Amino acid sequence: MKDQPLEVTITYTSEKLSQKPYKLLILILSDIMASRELAWRLFLRDISAQYRQSLLGIFWAFFPPIITAAIFILLQSRNIISTTTNIPYPAYVLIGTTLWQIFADSVNAPLKSTTGAKPYLVKIYFPREALLISSFLGVLFNVLIRMIIVLGVFIYFKIPLHGGLLLAPIGIFLLILLGMVIGILITPIGMLYSDVSTSLPIILQLLFFATPVVYTLPEKFPFSILNIVNPVTPLLVNARNLMINGVFDNTSHFIFISTITIISAFISLAVFRKSLPIIIEKLGT
Amino acid sequence: MTKPIVCINHVSKKFCRSLRKSLFYGVLDMSAELIGLERNRINLRKDEFWAVRDVSFQIEPGETVGLIGHNGAGKTSLLRMLGGLILPDTGNIEVNGRVQALIALGAGFNPVLTGRENIYINASLMGFSKKEIDQRFDEIVAFSGLSEFLDMPVQSYSSGMVVRLGFSVAAFLEPDVLLVDEVLSVGDLAFRTKCQVRIQELRSNGVAVIIVSHNLHTISHLCPRSITLEKGKVIFDGDTETAIDIYRSSLIKTYQKYDDNNLRGGTGEIRIQKVEILNGFEEKQDVFSIGEKVKIRLHYHAYQPVLNPVFNIVIHILNSFQVTGIRTDVDGIITGNFNGEGYIDIDIPNFYLLPNAYTIDAVIFHSDGFTFYDRLNNASHLVIKGGNEINGIAYLGHSWRIN
Repeated sequence: MKDQPLEVTITYTSEKLSQKPYKLLILILSDIMASRELAWRLFLRDISAQYRQSLLGIFWAFFPPIITAAIFILLQSRNIISTTTNIPYPAYVLIGTTLWQIFADSVNAPLKSTTGAKPYLVKIYFPREALLISSFLGVLFNVLIRMIIVLGVFIYFKIPLHGGLLLAPIGIFLLILLGMVIGILITPIGMLYSDVSTSLPIILQLLFFATPVVYTLPEKFPFSILNIVNPVTPLLVNARNLMINGVFDNTSHFIFISTITIISAFISLAVFRKSLPIIIEKLGT
Repeated sequence: MTKPIVCINHVSKKFCRSLRKSLFYGVLDMSAELIGLERNRINLRKDEFWAVRDVSFQIEPGETVGLIGHNGAGKTSLLRMLGGLILPDTGNIEVNGRVQALIALGAGFNPVLTGRENIYINASLMGFSKKEIDQRFDEIVAFSGLSEFLDMPVQSYSSGMVVRLGFSVAAFLEPDVLLVDEVLSVGDLAFRTKCQVRIQELRSNGVAVIIVSHNLHTISHLCPRSITLEKGKVIFDGDTETAIDIYRSSLIKTYQKYDDNNLRGGTGEIRIQKVEILNGFEEKQDVFSIGEKVKIRLHYHAYQPVLNPVFNIVIHILNSFQVTGIRTDVDGIITGNFNGEGYIDIDIPNFYLLPNAYTIDAVIFHSDGFTFYDRLNNASHLVIKGGNEINGIAYLGHSWRIN
């Protein structure tokens, strides 16, 4: 019946496995590798279900950033907000809101995907990382669609192309990563308490205004503190700069935040892995 | 002697009665786990109780074991720990091989997608690779008998069809340990038979099967060995027949503790004092063999004169449906005048009920047969002992003659 007898011994134990961090890391990475096929399957399921039941389809991927941008373009044209940018303001805002939407999607994705999986999460065991990978794929899919906005902006406003544009994907990737890390870290609490999913849109709204999406970096104290405190700022600003000018801005800060983001990515995976059995126990069947 | 495939050592698991506290403890446990502190495993916090308490047993390859116990005895928690969904608070579980569960039939199904797509999703969740699914796809479809509906969205399937599709995927699992929780009680007879045949097949391939079911007939058909749980503890581990007997007496114990007095109601001119079960020698007895003589004695107390009340005895399978009822008005008996205390006997020369635990309700109606003076639920209990070789709903008194 089986090709070879399995020599695996699984142990579920109450005793704490004295796992060295790098061993845990290897374990997580091997689970991610093992779950990639499942993740792809879940991603396909979500995308096909979403588009099969939608009349306007990918329009909804464009809609939010464009509407947000439209509001600010209107406000700026009436001089209600004044900010000077080195490219036409509409182009600046459209790219900004697109990048912001990518970030916001990344924050929302892990909790949404884990909550959606609740009915079978509590019933069968599968590599839980698959949920995160599939939500990551979902974010990437939306990024690809949204690049059409960026493409449109480049053509319409005749923005010159730079070699640095090739580095832009790295900037966008780090932005997604930061969003996913935040999303994964709030998932355990978010699964237990509905307060998290209720407050998330409000917090993201606040963060939107604390990040130079629709305005340039504030230079005057006290608002300039936000540039340092808000981790989204260097990643979003640099992703945009790489697209527009092809240069890095405030490189040391960018590298610092990027390093922190990559390290916390592994921490967040460990948190997710450790907390899921406890969550499942509390969610019941 | 082969190495046991499942080894459970002193496993305990606690749960919390209050949702708010339960969530809060969850946060505490998570924090402790992340900081690396030892969490509070041994002591119960406020509102916590042991759902599984110090359970140990082993299972050999090819064994089929039933888990028996009433609601909340810890069967499902144990199964979930075996499946790796939740971790024990104390003790450990060792499994030498791949565990799969026949629990979540149709897990991950998306109603908008077609049956074909959902087979792939469900099978991927169960751990099949795309190659494995491709290989088995035709078999899965044939097994489900749903080939003509394959490209329809699952939301237009009937619920029975969804279960069939789910089971067809699960039927092609190749585990070393299979966990089965109550799935055998859903679906139609043909479906249940398919499940049972598949389980027999797996068993003969050396797969260990652990079954949780409220249907004791299923358990006694499939499992030579059973484990009886009561309040999270193992109270018996051995042959299924004894396990079921012990489960039934434990069930009766719990029922006898219920105080249904506040549910009595009725107009109350005459009250039932108690209902006794006697044997042929008028001695109290509560375990009988099939077809023995049983006498049910109903003690009453009429507080004022009552004319022609109707006496009614109802027999239920414990925890389940009604088996039969006896009424004086249906039997055409005029009961006459009652005042003060006394008792009524019902003689049953051959108590032809199948082996099971039964509970007896008694009711006294007004002479109209509708309004009642008094009702005593779970007034008495009795067990018909014997194996579960006889399955069905009726026992016929009979004799054999071999010519």
